[in-house]
Amino acid sequence: MPEDTKETKNGKLKLGLYWAASCGGCDIAVLELREKILDLDAAADILFWPVAMDFKYKDVEAMPDGHMDVCLFNGAIRTSENEEMAHLLREKSKVLVAFGSCAHEGCIPGLGNLFDRKSIFERVYLEAPSVDNPEGILPQTSYQMPEGEVTIPKFYNTVKTLAQVEDVDYFVPGCPPQAPQIWAVIEAILGGNLPPKGSVVGANEKAVCDECKFKREEKRIKKFYRPHEIIPEPGRCLFDQGIICAGPATRGGCGALCPSVGMPCRGCYGPPPNVIDQGAALLSAVASVVDADTEEEAARIVGEIVDPVGTFYRFGLPASLLHRRRLEEGS
Amino acid sequence: MSADFEPRIVGFLCNWCTYAAADTAGVSRLEQPPNVDIIRMMCTGRVDPVFILKAFAEGADGVIVSGCHPPGDCHYNSGNYKTFRRMPLVEALLAQYGVEKERFYWGWISGAEAPKWAQLVRDFTEQVRVLGPLNWKRELESKEE
Repeated sequence: MPEDTKETKNGKLKLGLYWAASCGGCDIAVLELREKILDLDAAADILFWPVAMDFKYKDVEAMPDGHMDVCLFNGAIRTSENEEMAHLLREKSKVLVAFGSCAHEGCIPGLGNLFDRKSIFERVYLEAPSVDNPEGILPQTSYQMPEGEVTIPKFYNTVKTLAQVEDVDYFVPGCPPQAPQIWAVIEAILGGNLPPKGSVVGANEKAVCDECKFKREEKRIKKFYRPHEIIPEPGRCLFDQGIICAGPATRGGCGALCPSVGMPCRGCYGPPPNVIDQGAALLSAVASVVDADTEEEAARIVGEIVDPVGTFYRFGLPASLLHRRRLEEGS
Repeated sequence: MSADFEPRIVGFLCNWCTYAAADTAGVSRLEQPPNVDIIRMMCTGRVDPVFILKAFAEGADGVIVSGCHPPGDCHYNSGNYKTFRRMPLVEALLAQYGVEKERFYWGWISGAEAPKWAQLVRDFTEQVRVLGPLNWKRELESKEE
């Protein structure tokens, strides 16, 4: 953190929060600080937080460069508006934090990378059963009204992470980041006690399995179950019971919240340190427990896994090695 | 695609079987195109899926993984078991990514099957040549937004 970070008139930290392509859960996660939100308010002035207060983009544009000390940016880059805001907030902030899984890795919106703009528009505006659009109107980036031209942001073919469009200082993983971890990050910012640029903060250095209390027996699996197909036995490793749990390929820091209530880890904290591709790591972990001594049996058992990309890259497709499904000609 | 397209193929071969076959094929001067860049692994069980994805992401037009015949040929007893448990999932993954299945081959060629290796190289190279370049990175960048 730069020296001049806290040189403001009242000595308070200047904080901004923004949401791009996200569900809003990351903003709610900040409120999950509960009574500590008052400590946050005492320590920081919030200059920009569209989800909670009325700010306009022009308010941000009017700021001098580097005016905000820290910007917590949640949400992936889905539209040209998201990207413009990423550039603008980078310009106006000393420290830009990719806050939450969407900004960090693309998250659930990133699964849109299995499709493209054309197929998403057709599904959403034409095919979905709840849609009433007899004229088949699709969103246009600009339209000529009698009163003049109106424009909306462009919807990209590909969802990107924040770091794929802008220079990011820190990454806070999680969908959403857990409140105690958020508070630890805020304390680190306030204390000027931040690790080297590019670090993942508010998480641990080991996998979720390391934090999980369940008993692991390293069983071999004849059949994989989806969470709704089986009631897991309490206290036993979910992987051992044939439920695909992303724990072995996911960074810890959440305290193994999901497995502890019988839901498999879905991988929202992203890959552990030194893992290049979370999905490939999880794929290896899954294949390693398959109980098959012939090629046919192995192919049958793993062939029952529905949607491998969606399962292995549920939170990290845009950040993965291949980023997206191949675009068809003309899309 | 242009007629002079030369596919770039990455081959992950196990040291004990297919690499030996490739070596013998070369020494025996069996005719084969020069399009396969061979990476010698100690075992196909060591082929992390990330190697395959990275090869495609960084410019390979095709990938071959080949090792010892199951059940009994593996130098480490069960390395090839790990391979055949893992590779069907890699296939499924590549299909969802939109990579044609003809760009990825995995299988078994023993040290005594040099002609089979040469045949695979000939067939696979032609198969990939027909599909044209994959160009993963350039495709992604040129068609963005």
